[in-house]
Amino acid sequence: MDSIKFSNVYVKDSFSVVGPLESEGQIKNLHLTMDDYYYHEKTFEQAEIKMQRVVIDNLLLRNKLLESDIDYLISGELSNQLAISSYAAKNYRIPFLGVYSACASFVEGMIFGSKLLDGRGSRKAIVLSSSHNLNAEKQFRFPIEYGAPKPKTTTFTATACVGSILTRDNTNLKVEGATVGTVIDLGCKDATHMGAVMAPAAAQVLMQHLNDFRRTVDYYDVILTGDLGSVGATIFREYLKRSYGIKIKNHVDAAKEIYLDSQDVYAGASGPTALPLVLFHKIVKNNRFKKILIIGTGSLHSPTLVNQKITIPAIAHAISLEVLK
Amino acid sequence: MNQDEYKKLVDELTPKENKLKNALVAFLVGGLIGFVGEVIIHILTSSFGLESIEAYTWLCILLIFVGSFLTALGFFDNWVTRVKAGLIVPTTGFAHSITSSALDYKKEGLITGLGANFFKLAGSVLLYGIIAAFFLSIVGVIFYG
Repeated sequence: MDSIKFSNVYVKDSFSVVGPLESEGQIKNLHLTMDDYYYHEKTFEQAEIKMQRVVIDNLLLRNKLLESDIDYLISGELSNQLAISSYAAKNYRIPFLGVYSACASFVEGMIFGSKLLDGRGSRKAIVLSSSHNLNAEKQFRFPIEYGAPKPKTTTFTATACVGSILTRDNTNLKVEGATVGTVIDLGCKDATHMGAVMAPAAAQVLMQHLNDFRRTVDYYDVILTGDLGSVGATIFREYLKRSYGIKIKNHVDAAKEIYLDSQDVYAGASGPTALPLVLFHKIVKNNRFKKILIIGTGSLHSPTLVNQKITIPAIAHAISLEVLK
Repeated sequence: MNQDEYKKLVDELTPKENKLKNALVAFLVGGLIGFVGEVIIHILTSSFGLESIEAYTWLCILLIFVGSFLTALGFFDNWVTRVKAGLIVPTTGFAHSITSSALDYKKEGLITGLGANFFKLAGSVLLYGIIAAFFLSIVGVIFYG
């Protein structure tokens, strides 16, 4: 079974820290912003660890919770060995799960968290994801940062950390159901065109979700995809039209909702934080959207295998959210 | 939709790079750097009394310094975005690649970090540059003795 329905899982609160470029972009009412990429630390990696700690500390503080009140900390980001999440988690006495599905990590974490809480499960979980532009570029985009010009399809890893608390107590944002995607590879080899890599995975999970829940795309007020980018989003819509005969009008891609056009970020934002940033700061705040489908999309490439010229697999996971009252 | 059909769809919807414009901009910017270089050579030889071979060495050092310095200040990347290969093909691009990796890895130790990654991209330029020079010099010896 690809899809799961949850009976009593809610999102209690969310908190975010964003980098300097993101704070000057489209998203307003941010919680915390960084003056520079170091965030008063020695290295960018240590800065990202600090970002995660700041988010966890603030989530606990704002909601008057102790570490012992949280049953699970579920984090995902882009660093090798999920080191940043682990190094942040060592500071807390909270059972920790690290998840990786590239830029779909946040949604994967939400699915795990919701499943652990659902029914008579655990009471609370923190789901977290982060990305730091300079850490991700160092790891995934060699040799671009060393002077290779970027093609128009390139996305730009957002610098941010977003966390949320899942709970079994009623709030006005319900996690209604989820669909776990399968890994899809339609033969793309270009790591600078991740939108094309991920679009079929997003389409696959959307169709699976609609099929399992017996819904149509119009059931949702908005379908928010993660980081397909401007080119990838067009490919996604066209692919849906040609492969499944579906026209999708209520689609928003988070990649184009973070930066301004003048910020020179090519096809838009990427990273596991793009989707939750737009979800919590824009979509949920918009009164028009009551039924929300989020689709986190991840390009599951490793630089080694890209260099070996093997085609890139992609994944997407979907969660259906309901804004109550 | 199979892989071939999907490739067609992607190609159709992917914006094309304007290669002619990129090449023209690169030609003008690269040419401008070359022109500035020639002016500097002229100044060095006429006003400072340097031999032309020494003047070229000084110019090379100067361009590498300026390229590295602008990389360190964070300007170089943004300019590459606009003028593409114009800044990369001259020795400034070589300097940029080395400075970038040095900055990237400086906190990971002198041996395992900075030293091991210093020529991360520039190593390819050096290796194939040296191989090309070797074969060209053989050609030179064969034809010109």
